[in-house]
Amino acid sequence: MAKTQISLTLNGKQIEALVEPRTLLIHFLRDELKITGPHIGCDTTHCGACTVDLDGKSVKSCTVFAVQADGAEVLTIEGMAQADGTLHPLQQAFREHHGLQCGFCTPGMITRAYRLLKENSNPTEDEIRMGISGNLCRCTGYQNIVKAIQAAAAEMAGGQVKEAAE
Amino acid sequence: MIPGAFAYHRPKSVNEAVALLADLGEDARPLGGGHSLIPLMKLRLAAPSNLVDLGGIADLKGIRADGGDVVVGACVTQHEIIASDLLASKVPLLAEAARQIADPQVRYVGTIGGNVANGDPGNDMPAVMMALNATYELAGKGGGRKVAARDFYHGTYDTALQPGEIVAAIRIPDLGKHGYAYEKLKRKIGDYATAAAAVVLTWDGGKVGQCAIGLTNVADKPLFAEEAGRIVAGSALDDATVKKAVAAAEAITAPASDRRGSPNYRTKMAGVMLSRALARAKSRAG
Amino acid sequence: MNAQTETSEARAEKLEGIGCKRKRVEDVRFTQGKGNYVDDLNLPNMLYGDFVRSPYAHARIKSIDTSKATAVPGVVAVLTAEELKGVNLAWMPTLAGDKQMVLADGKVLFQNQEVAFVVATDRYAAADGVELVEVDYEDLPVNVDPLKAMDADAAIVREDRTDTGDGAHGPRKHPNHIFSWEAGEKAAADAAFDKAEVTVKEFIQYPRCHPCPLETCQCVASFDKITGDLTLWGTFQAPHVIRTVGSLISTIPEHKIHVIAPDIGGGFGNKVGAYPGYICAIVASIVTGQPVKWTEDRIENLSTTAFARDFHMETELACTKDGRITGLRVYTIADHGAFDACANASKWPAGLFSIVSGSYDIPAAYCLVDGVYTNKAPGGVAYRCSFRVTEAAYAIERAMDIMAQKLGMDPAEFRMKNLIKREQFPYTSAFGWEYDSGDYQTALKKAMDSVDYKKLREEQKAKQEAFKRGETRELMGIGVAFFTEIVGAGPSRACDILGIAMFDSAEIRIHPTGTGICRLGTKSQGQGHETTYAQIIATELGLAADGITVEEGNTDTAPYGLGTYGSRSTPVSGAATAMACRKIKAKAQMIAAYMLEVHDDDLEWDVDRFRVKGNPERFKTMTELAWAAYHEVPAGMEPGLEAVNYYDPPNFTFPFGAYICVADIDVDTGETKIRRFYALDDCGTRINPMIIEGQVHGGLTEAFGIAMGQELYYDEGGNITTASLMDYFLPTAVETPKWETDWTTTPSPHHPIGAKGVGESPNVGGVPAFSNAVNDAFAFLGSTHIQMPHDSWRTWEAAERLGLHT
Repeated sequence: MAKTQISLTLNGKQIEALVEPRTLLIHFLRDELKITGPHIGCDTTHCGACTVDLDGKSVKSCTVFAVQADGAEVLTIEGMAQADGTLHPLQQAFREHHGLQCGFCTPGMITRAYRLLKENSNPTEDEIRMGISGNLCRCTGYQNIVKAIQAAAAEMAGGQVKEAAE
Repeated sequence: MIPGAFAYHRPKSVNEAVALLADLGEDARPLGGGHSLIPLMKLRLAAPSNLVDLGGIADLKGIRADGGDVVVGACVTQHEIIASDLLASKVPLLAEAARQIADPQVRYVGTIGGNVANGDPGNDMPAVMMALNATYELAGKGGGRKVAARDFYHGTYDTALQPGEIVAAIRIPDLGKHGYAYEKLKRKIGDYATAAAAVVLTWDGGKVGQCAIGLTNVADKPLFAEEAGRIVAGSALDDATVKKAVAAAEAITAPASDRRGSPNYRTKMAGVMLSRALARAKSRAG
Repeated sequence: MNAQTETSEARAEKLEGIGCKRKRVEDVRFTQGKGNYVDDLNLPNMLYGDFVRSPYAHARIKSIDTSKATAVPGVVAVLTAEELKGVNLAWMPTLAGDKQMVLADGKVLFQNQEVAFVVATDRYAAADGVELVEVDYEDLPVNVDPLKAMDADAAIVREDRTDTGDGAHGPRKHPNHIFSWEAGEKAAADAAFDKAEVTVKEFIQYPRCHPCPLETCQCVASFDKITGDLTLWGTFQAPHVIRTVGSLISTIPEHKIHVIAPDIGGGFGNKVGAYPGYICAIVASIVTGQPVKWTEDRIENLSTTAFARDFHMETELACTKDGRITGLRVYTIADHGAFDACANASKWPAGLFSIVSGSYDIPAAYCLVDGVYTNKAPGGVAYRCSFRVTEAAYAIERAMDIMAQKLGMDPAEFRMKNLIKREQFPYTSAFGWEYDSGDYQTALKKAMDSVDYKKLREEQKAKQEAFKRGETRELMGIGVAFFTEIVGAGPSRACDILGIAMFDSAEIRIHPTGTGICRLGTKSQGQGHETTYAQIIATELGLAADGITVEEGNTDTAPYGLGTYGSRSTPVSGAATAMACRKIKAKAQMIAAYMLEVHDDDLEWDVDRFRVKGNPERFKTMTELAWAAYHEVPAGMEPGLEAVNYYDPPNFTFPFGAYICVADIDVDTGETKIRRFYALDDCGTRINPMIIEGQVHGGLTEAFGIAMGQELYYDEGGNITTASLMDYFLPTAVETPKWETDWTTTPSPHHPIGAKGVGESPNVGGVPAFSNAVNDAFAFLGSTHIQMPHDSWRTWEAAERLGLHT
C-alpha cells in the first residue's frame, strides 16, 4: 500500500517519515527510529510494555497506527531524563526502591507513572494500583513499584523522599 | 500481531466521513479509538481494505447539555467521560461504568461511540445506555436518523447500523433525581464482564418509581431486562420483589461458556449483580 | 578517617558485601530504556522469520503449497520439514531423551505446532507470507485427557513411538506412555498403610499453566559463510547448553558457535530449552547468508513453549490417631504433551518430585510417576518449579490439611507435630535426600506468632457460627504451608543435562588498580546477578562491590555453566565465586607475607586487608596487593591475580519457609479476597535482603496467579482456549495482594557462604498457602478438596455443591 507522510515530535525532536498505514506505532518507534525502550509483550493490548505518552495521554503504542500519531508529541522512556543526564525522580525512585527486576515492563511502567502523577500528584496506594492496572509485571509483584511511585510523588511534591507509609 | 494492509483516510467532517464509507463499500471500516478494531486486525480476524479515521472530526467530540438532555459526541473517550463535570452531575452512571472498562491507557483512546457501536456482547456501555434509555444519533450518506439503544442490538457484531453509517452522538434524556449503579463481576479489573448489571431507578415515597435494567455479556448481545424492571417498579425493593426480578433477569440470559464461567454460573451471577446493583442504586437515589 | 583509623564496621559497610541492600547495577540502564534485549538487536541485512502454525491439534499433512507466500514482495524463503531433512534437522533431540519435530513432518500433534517458516525482509512481509501458505490437513482423533491416554482405545499421539519397548527411561507400557519412574520403598510404604490407624487419599490436580515472562522467546542467528562461524543471540537461560546442543545436532563445531544471551525479560524456566524458532532461524541464516531474527508473539509463546505442571497426583497419607504420620504414597500421571521436552536433569524424568515428603519426618514413603503423551504442547518443567518441586509441595501440603481435617486437628499443630526436628539435621528422608540444615519449629512458631494465629482461628470460628446463623455470606479461610525445597542442581553423581554434569563456574580477574571482572556460567533474567555476585566478592576479597563488573551470557568469554533455573545460581555459581575468591585470597596472602616479611601464618584477615597478628598497624589492603600482584610477586610466583572455579556441589540445598494466608470468600459470587499473606523464608545466608524481598514478592504474585486463575485449557477438540492475555489470568496491581516478608537464617553447612537460593521458594510455598486457604474456608462444612484454580466460578460451584446457595 502507498506510504503516507507523517511528522511528529519524539522526545523533543522533530521527525519526518514515510510509513505504511498499517505500521503500528510500536514498530515505527522500535524498528524505524531505533527507540527500543518501549517493548512488545503481548498481542492483545493487555500488557502495557509498549506504553508511550502521546499528546498528554498514556497510550499503548501497539494499538495505534503511526499514521494516527501524525502531528503528535510523543514521549518515551528515552525522553524522561533531562538533557544533562539528570534522571527523572521516577527513574531514581524505581532504582532506590527495587521497583524492577528484569526491566522489560519498566519503560512502559515509568512512562505510565509519569502521566499518572500528572493526573494526580498525590495518589493513594489504591489510586496508584488502579493507575497502573494497564501495565503488567511478572517479576516484582508490584509492591515495590507502588513504593517507588509514592516516593517519586513525594519527591516531586517538594517533600523528602521518605520511606513508603505502611 | 501484524495487521493486513489497508488504505487510510482522515476526513475532516462527518459528511466527508460517511461519503467515504458509502463510496468505499462494505470493506471499509470507521476508526474511532481503534481499541476494538485494531486488536482484531492484529489477529487478522478483521481485514478491512480501507480505514476511515474519525479522530480528526471536531463535530464528533464534546459533551454538552441540550435542553434537559446530555449529548455526548461519539469520539469522546472513556477518559473524558470520567473527567466530565457535566456528566458527573447529570449522568454519574457513565463514569462508574467507564472506570471499569479496560485500563487507563485504553480509556485515554477508546471512544464511547466505538464501545456502543461495536456489537461485542462484552462491551460495557450498551447495557448502560439501555438503562439510561439513550438514543443513538446516526449519520450516513443518505442522511441522519435516530435509533434507541434498546432497539440497536440484534446479535454479536450485528447492530442496527446500515453499511456506511456511524454513530455520531449519544443523547441521554433528563433522568432527574435518580439512583444508579453498574455492578460488574470480573476476574480482574478491566476484564470483560463475567456478568454485569446496569440499573437506573427513581425512588419516591419509599417506593421505586421507574426502573431500567441492562445486562452485559450474558447473551450474544446486551440485554434490556424489561420484565425485571417492570417487576421492580412501584415496589419497595423488598426481598421477595428483588428475588422475582432476579428470576426474570436470569430467564432472558443465554451466556457463552468460557474460562470466566459456565453458562449456569454466569446466569446466576447476572442475578447477583442485579440484586447488588438495585441495592446500591437505591442507596444513591436520595 | 583514613585507611588506618576507620573501624572494621565502617570499612565493611563501604564494601557493600554480603547482607547489604545494595542498589542494583542493572537498574541504571533499565530505567533509561537502555537494556539490550534480543529484539533490540538490529544487524545489517537482517531478515525476519515467522511461523505457519497448525490450527488442528492432530492431523496428517497432505500437502503444503508455499507458492503464493514466496510471491509476496519481501519474502525470501519458506522452510518446511523437507528443507530441514536435508540438513538432518527436521527433528531435534529434547533435554528429556525424546525427540521433537522442528517443523511438522507429515503430521501435526498439537494446535499451533510449527509447520513452515517464512523468511522475509521485514516483519510485515513475513506475516503476509504466513497468511498465504496453504496447508491441506486431514484431521485425526484427538487425545487431550492424560488420565485416559493409556486406555486401550486412546488415540495414539506418536506414530514414531508405537513400539512399547524401552524408552529413554526404561520400559513403556503403551504407545502413549513415556516413562514410569519411582522412588522410595514401596513395600515399607504399603506396610505402613496396611496397619495405619487413619488414612486419607485425595486426587490432587495441578493444572497446566505457563510462566508467561513478559518478553517472549526470540533469537537472532547470523551465519558467516566465509569463516563458518555461527553467532546466535537469544533468550537463553542456559547459553552454554544451547551452544553444545547446537554443535551436536548440526555440522558446526562447537568452537565456531558463539552464543550470546543479552538482557532477558524474564525467564521463569520458559527459556531453558531449544525451540523450533531457534533452529529455523539458524538454518535460514545458513541458507540465505544473512542474519535472521525470530520473535514469537504472546499467543505463540503461551500455546507452544515450555508449559508447566499438568501433574495429576493421587496422594495418600497414613497416620496414627494422635497425629503422627507413618506413611506417604503418591501415584502421579504427568502430561508432557506431544513430545517430552521437559528440561529435567537426565536421570530424573519426573524431576525432583521425590521431595514430596516435604518438611515432615515420614518413615515410609513411595511415589510412582507415569509420563504420557497427549495432543498438547510439549514440555513440563518450568515456572519457578525447581524440577517438579512445586508439584510435590502442593501434594504434600494439601494432604497435610486433609489429614488434619480428618483427625480434627489444627493444620498448624498437625504440621508442628510432624516437622523434622532441628536435632535431626542433616536429615535423610525416606526418599534418600539428605536435607542440609533447618530449624523448622522455630520458623513455624515465628510465623504463627507474627500473624497471631490463635486469634485468627478464633475469628474464623466466630465467623463460621455467624455463617450458619445466616448473619454473613462470607467465609474465612486460613492457609498454612510449610515447604522444603530441593534446589541447586546439582551434584555430578546425580545431575547431568544431556551428559554434561551440573556444576557451575566463576572466573575472577582482579586488575592492577584493585577493581575487577567476574564472569560466570549462570544467566540472570532479572535476579540481579550483576549486583549480587559482586557482593560475594566484596565480602570475600575486601574489594568494593562497585568495583566488580559481573558478566554472564557470552559463551566465548564466560566459563562453562549450566545456566540459571531451579534456583541454582547462588548454590552453585555463588559457591564457585566464593571458591575462586579464596584462591585469589590465598595468593594475595602469600604476596602480603612477602611484602611484610612475615610468614603466611603470621597474618590475619580483617575485612579488606591482611594484618600481622599482634601488630595490626602493619597491614596490606587487597587493593595494594592487587597492584603488587602485577609487579612485586615473590620469586617463583606468577604475576597476576585471578582464578577460576568449577564447582561441583556436594549436595543440593534445602531452603524452606512458613507461609500463612488469610482469605475471605464471598459465597454468592465465589470471589476470594486475600486479606493477608505472610511469608517467612529461610534461604540460609542472605546476600542482598532487598533482592530477596523482591524475589519473594514476585514469586508470590506468580503463585497467586496460578492458584487463583491460571490454566492452559484445551477443549475436547484439542483447541487451546486460553492462549492470549485476554484469557490467561495475569493479575494486575489491583488484584495482587500485599505481601509481608520475614525470615530465619539457617546456613547450609556444605555451601562456602552458607547460602541456599530463594528465587523459587515463593512459588513452591505460595500456591499451597493460597489453595489451603480456600479449601480451609469450606472445610468446616465437610469439603475435603477443591481443585485449582480457585477462580470465582469454581469456588462458587464448590459452594453450590455444598448446598450453600439455597
